[in-house]
Amino acid sequence: MTGIQAVALVVVALGGTAVVLARDPARQALVAGIFGFSLAILFLTFQAPDVALSQIVVGAVALPAMIIYALRKVQRREQVERGER
Amino acid sequence: MSVFGLGAAGTAALLVWGLAGLPSFGDFEGAYGQLLAHLTVPERHATSAVAVSTFDFRGLDTLGEEFILFTAAVGVLVLLRGQRADETVAAEPMHPRRPTADSRTLRSIATALAAPVLVLGAYVVSHGHLTPGGGFQGGVILMTAFLLVYLAGSHLHLAAIRPLSAMEGAEGVGAAGFALIGVGGIILAGAFLENFLGFGTTGNLVSGGVVPLLNVSVGIEVMGAILVIVGELLDQRFLVRKGDR
Amino acid sequence: MSFLPYAVAAWLFLVGLYGIVTSRNLIHLVVCLTVVQSSTYVLLLAVGYREGAAAPIYADIPTSRPVVDPVVATLTLTDVVVEATVAALLLSLAVQAHRRFGTLDPDELGALRG
Repeated sequence: MTGIQAVALVVVALGGTAVVLARDPARQALVAGIFGFSLAILFLTFQAPDVALSQIVVGAVALPAMIIYALRKVQRREQVERGER
Repeated sequence: MSVFGLGAAGTAALLVWGLAGLPSFGDFEGAYGQLLAHLTVPERHATSAVAVSTFDFRGLDTLGEEFILFTAAVGVLVLLRGQRADETVAAEPMHPRRPTADSRTLRSIATALAAPVLVLGAYVVSHGHLTPGGGFQGGVILMTAFLLVYLAGSHLHLAAIRPLSAMEGAEGVGAAGFALIGVGGIILAGAFLENFLGFGTTGNLVSGGVVPLLNVSVGIEVMGAILVIVGELLDQRFLVRKGDR
Repeated sequence: MSFLPYAVAAWLFLVGLYGIVTSRNLIHLVVCLTVVQSSTYVLLLAVGYREGAAAPIYADIPTSRPVVDPVVATLTLTDVVVEATVAALLLSLAVQAHRRFGTLDPDELGALRG
């Protein structure tokens, strides 16, 4: 296994741990985006460019967007219930 | 917590024992994959072995995955749209002409990027059988283009360009298109999803038989499904509701 | 050393599972689930890798060159997009749970009522 694959694997393992340890969902969305990028780089080193492209568009664009939209929906409802809107 | 610790330790032991039995990294000798890779160019005249595997050799698996996508989008619709009817909380309390994003920089960048991203998405979808890419990746890129339109404009612009019912229609058309092309395989070539179009010359845009068509239908479906999901999560309403909204 | 990819896959699986079990927020839980999903991608691609092989795109390499397994790439790339949609479905379930019970904490969610 090449050096860059080993480095990418370690970064992915650390990234996964960081995603789990980030308890606040808003910050976690950002960390998940970075984790998605590191996964895409790992897939590139594994000679799978199709999968890397898929992972980039989904894990760094679509998924953090969906997390933040869901959070926003929940927060808006909480604000209304608290009477701030 | 201790129960989880015990379970995790047991699972870890099982995983290590199981994974140690795999062939060592880099030594994979699977014959099936190698056969498919060697058949790609001579038989299907397409240069991307992954795309041909996805849509031709293993097309049935992709059909199943595509319908998971479809079902998940329908599930989101059912969950979130049903609650709009008896909603006590106001939807986005906006006049339709108010811009979505407050920052002018964001709006300018989004305006500038929307069309190039659309072209990029169309390129990735149509060249899926030649280079890395294809329907799934390109569909998400197309979705991003429409999302940029939403960021750049106001709800009114978005309603004109991205009405929710058109997106649902796109999703349905994509999913049905895939299945119908498969049925075409039955009618014209004897087996479901059998490649029935001419294969063309290697490296051309028109090659690989049915694979480019399936790419396009998957691209449309993925774009429609994710836009439907994002539209529901954003809780968009394009008609101003009666009353104080 | 060649066990590292499999070790990372197992580690991601267990870390994601730990996150799911100890989560106090449903949205955090869904994101930990995506970590578990990514462990399967790593495992699939690690299984299909061949030492010294190229990517399975023949646009610029001769057809005699050894390539990595295209079948696992097929499975993984459809999987990535589809599982993101499933995560979106779970997120909307979380939003619905918040509407129903007023909280996103899994420990405080009430029992299912008909």
